Amino acid sequence: MSAASSPSANVAPHSLQRTPLYDLHLANDAKMVPFAGYEMPLHYRLGVLKEHLHTRAATGLFDVSHMGQIAIRSRSGAVGQLALALERLVPADLVELGVGRQRYTVLTNVTGGIVDDIMVANLGSHLLVTVNAATKNNDLAHLRANMPDDCQIDMLADRALIALQGPGAEDALLPHAPAARSMRFMDVQRMTIGAVECVVSRSGYTGEDGFEVSVPATHADALVRSLLRQDNVALVGLGARDSLRLEAGLCLYGRDIDDTTTPVEAALEWSIQKTRRTGGKRAGGFIGAEVVLAQLAGNASRRRVGLRPEGRAPVRGGARIYLDETSDTAIGQVTSGGYGPSLTAPVAMGYVDLATSRPGTRLFADVRGIRHPALVAPLPFVAHRYRRD
Amino acid sequence: MDRKFTPDHEWVSIDGDIATVGITDYAQSQLGDLVFVELPKTGRAIRKGEAVAVVESVKAASDVYSPLTGEVVAVNEGIVADPALVNSDPEQSAWMFKVRLTDRAEVEALMDEAAYRQQIT
Repeated sequence: MSAASSPSANVAPHSLQRTPLYDLHLANDAKMVPFAGYEMPLHYRLGVLKEHLHTRAATGLFDVSHMGQIAIRSRSGAVGQLALALERLVPADLVELGVGRQRYTVLTNVTGGIVDDIMVANLGSHLLVTVNAATKNNDLAHLRANMPDDCQIDMLADRALIALQGPGAEDALLPHAPAARSMRFMDVQRMTIGAVECVVSRSGYTGEDGFEVSVPATHADALVRSLLRQDNVALVGLGARDSLRLEAGLCLYGRDIDDTTTPVEAALEWSIQKTRRTGGKRAGGFIGAEVVLAQLAGNASRRRVGLRPEGRAPVRGGARIYLDETSDTAIGQVTSGGYGPSLTAPVAMGYVDLATSRPGTRLFADVRGIRHPALVAPLPFVAHRYRRD
Repeated sequence: MDRKFTPDHEWVSIDGDIATVGITDYAQSQLGDLVFVELPKTGRAIRKGEAVAVVESVKAASDVYSPLTGEVVAVNEGIVADPALVNSDPEQSAWMFKVRLTDRAEVEALMDEAAYRQQIT
């Protein structure tokens, strides 16, 4: 067996960081693994499959405290200018983002590639930017290097981040945060939970309804224990987090998007509002805008698509994609792939030449030297259930 | 004869010149929930140390190596149809493949149970 190493090989190096919920993970028999410089739970007693299915049927509770939470404030008090300043780094409309709203966007580089995908929340007094764990230090440096000196940019070091996801998430959160009931998808609010100030957004990374709660680190353990005492709330690890987001067609930075993929190639153009596109009120004006706007006009050469392998074998990231069983020239590459427990079938995402990107196109992925047929499929594989009404 | 083991977490049960091979309970617990199994074709000639099967969890694929040289005479279709059997009964009903041995000396070189238990604790 190539993957089952013996115990002596599994000792974690001392340099790995721990979230405020580390002890709680161990107390719940978590299998801990290194991820983005942290010791994180891959799964708990239930295992990846059951944790995945539980999230779609009830409520999954995730520790995502390893992610970065960055506050952007104005030193001079000109809060209204913060959004305009940040618009120079992202292709989204942030000026029209109202107080109490959050938006998904990307930080771009000079070639239109993606530095990271982020959430930007308008909290009135400041902007709160949530970033990926593996890139958070780089993102902080990128923001500081490119925002005006008048902006104070700090990584919040003393907060945990907990995600509650699934059809039961609202019921699970309500006893702690009654105001959650009136929140729509992508609303974000400050609220007091158990006498401490939290920031709650109605959002997540699973395609399900749910909430992300930023809580002071000192109170994270108590809040999670309290949430877990409720019916049908179960801890869910990073293994299921990955299979859930894959089924939801959501990108993983470093796999499906990176500094060589533009948001247009990545099929994220929905996140570029009209005001920032050619002809819009504040067209372009962000790093790499020339490349991105030209691609919006139709010259991207490749596109991220969903793939449904026809057989049972998973097709994983790195697999080359071909038009047929024999040609030597790859027309694409899988970036994420695995098994979708809610579909009981393998699913994958990858980039293919634009001409081959139409759903229904039959392509072939090389898995261990054999060409496996796969159909281009629309994303998401599992329909999103966001509460937009 | 008593079961033998490999450092790569395969178990071997010998009956005459037929060896039945599977992965250990330790291996399945390390892999997590399995969702796909690929087995060699019967009739295939395999060598000791060769990667002959694949087990896949939600997250990753792992090779299973043959502990012995010989010919594949049977494979367990049941685990192809239901990979979760490997998690629930890895050392009995979820055997993987049977090999007709060509070199008995290889059997002597395998670990006994005590040595394997020592490796995994």
